[in-house]
Amino acid sequence: MVSIQNLHKKFGKNQVLSGVDLSIKEGGIFAVLGPNGSGKTTLIKSILGMVIPDKGTITVHDQNIKNNSDYRYNIDYLPQIANFPSNLKVKELIKMIKDLRGKTNEDERLIDLFKLNPFLDKKLGTLSGGTKQKVNLILTFMFNSPLIILDEPTSGLDPISMIRLKDLIQAEKAKGKTILITSHIMSFVEEVSDEIVFLLEGKIYFKGTVSELKTKTNQPDFEHAIASILTDNHA
Amino acid sequence: MRSRWSYVYFAFYLLLGIVLLFLNNDLSKAVITLMNVIIVLVPLIGTIFGVMYYYNSKEFTELLLAQPIKRSSIFLGQYLGVALSLSMSLILGLGLPFIFYGLFKSNAIWDFSLLLITGTFLTLIFTALAFNIALSNENKIKGFGYAILLWLFLGIIYDGIFLMSLIIFEDYPLDKISLIGTMLNPIDLSRTLILLKLDISALLGYTGAVFKQFFGTSFGIIISFLALSLWVILPILRIVFKAKKKDF
Repeated sequence: MVSIQNLHKKFGKNQVLSGVDLSIKEGGIFAVLGPNGSGKTTLIKSILGMVIPDKGTITVHDQNIKNNSDYRYNIDYLPQIANFPSNLKVKELIKMIKDLRGKTNEDERLIDLFKLNPFLDKKLGTLSGGTKQKVNLILTFMFNSPLIILDEPTSGLDPISMIRLKDLIQAEKAKGKTILITSHIMSFVEEVSDEIVFLLEGKIYFKGTVSELKTKTNQPDFEHAIASILTDNHA
Repeated sequence: MRSRWSYVYFAFYLLLGIVLLFLNNDLSKAVITLMNVIIVLVPLIGTIFGVMYYYNSKEFTELLLAQPIKRSSIFLGQYLGVALSLSMSLILGLGLPFIFYGLFKSNAIWDFSLLLITGTFLTLIFTALAFNIALSNENKIKGFGYAILLWLFLGIIYDGIFLMSLIIFEDYPLDKISLIGTMLNPIDLSRTLILLKLDISALLGYTGAVFKQFFGTSFGIIISFLALSLWVILPILRIVFKAKKKDF
């Protein structure tokens, strides 16, 4: 599905990724974890071609992504911070993205699901953070792409929307899709993910299931397992 | 945002055209006054709008980047959107009052069309330069600063330096140098082109005669337009090149 070889990226003097090798098979939910500044977002943006790597190759569906844009038809991406043009209405934004990527009818179902109907005629600049995140979710899940990338999908969501999001993710997984998630909320990650990838200082420190991580670190629960990786490496 | 401002810009030119025609009561005189305005104002507006639009639509750009669209088409689309709407405002805003005044029956029509053509070139050039500056500077304030400096340099400081060097080296034959110097600055080049077309080159003295000899011929005109086109193409190529390498 996605394979990354020897990925390097530097921002100025700051080496963010130093030799990441990762392959993600088709189907299932993968969580990318790591402390702040460990390169999670950079990794994801490299897959999307928004960040140009210094070294290394990335292939998505056996297509090298370098100087290629068509492979993005097969990716749905939820950005970490929902930055939308503030003078557009929600309706106009949804319509515009539909024009770009092709027809879909999923949007109405999603608008109902997240109860966004009253906001359709409002400008994006006037929405609250959580509502923006819901718009963001709709734009992401509206298309039926085999690969979904979610960067901090839970930020700003209320508990009910969080439950709906989890259901949505599980439903997409049941369709056989591959879902890549980053999150800081460990309970969320533990609940939804099949496999985790732990990034530390620009390298992959651990890749495997949650229970494997628990045995590796000798910790009874997931949160402590993660914490023990961090204290061992920063002590 | 963009469309609202381009209407304002359009209305401004409309007003300017009407006022000038009323005050001058003569087409060719109005053209001369317009030239002075266009030479300074068009580059300034192009620069400011270009930089402003780029920074304002940054979020939108990021949204588009995750979609299956080529980078070059995103940035070229934005550039053309700004540059063409500004050019339209200029052409329509000035063109309408002049047409109603009876432009087609007068012999100022060629002078006037040259004015609009160079104005359009200047818009394309300075918007492209502004996009280049904005692409290379993440910091908005810095970007704005550099853009204004660029305009100030090409519009005013360049002339000063040029004149100074002409005075300092006045003992040497300077015809060629001053020709090349004029070619290198799109604002100077446009001004010279229009002045010579208006047949007031006698005001420029000996250099004017040399210029007349060069720019008056079709060869000179072609070279000048080539230079202007180069000023458009090179910055656009750099936009494409820069956009390919940039991280978001």
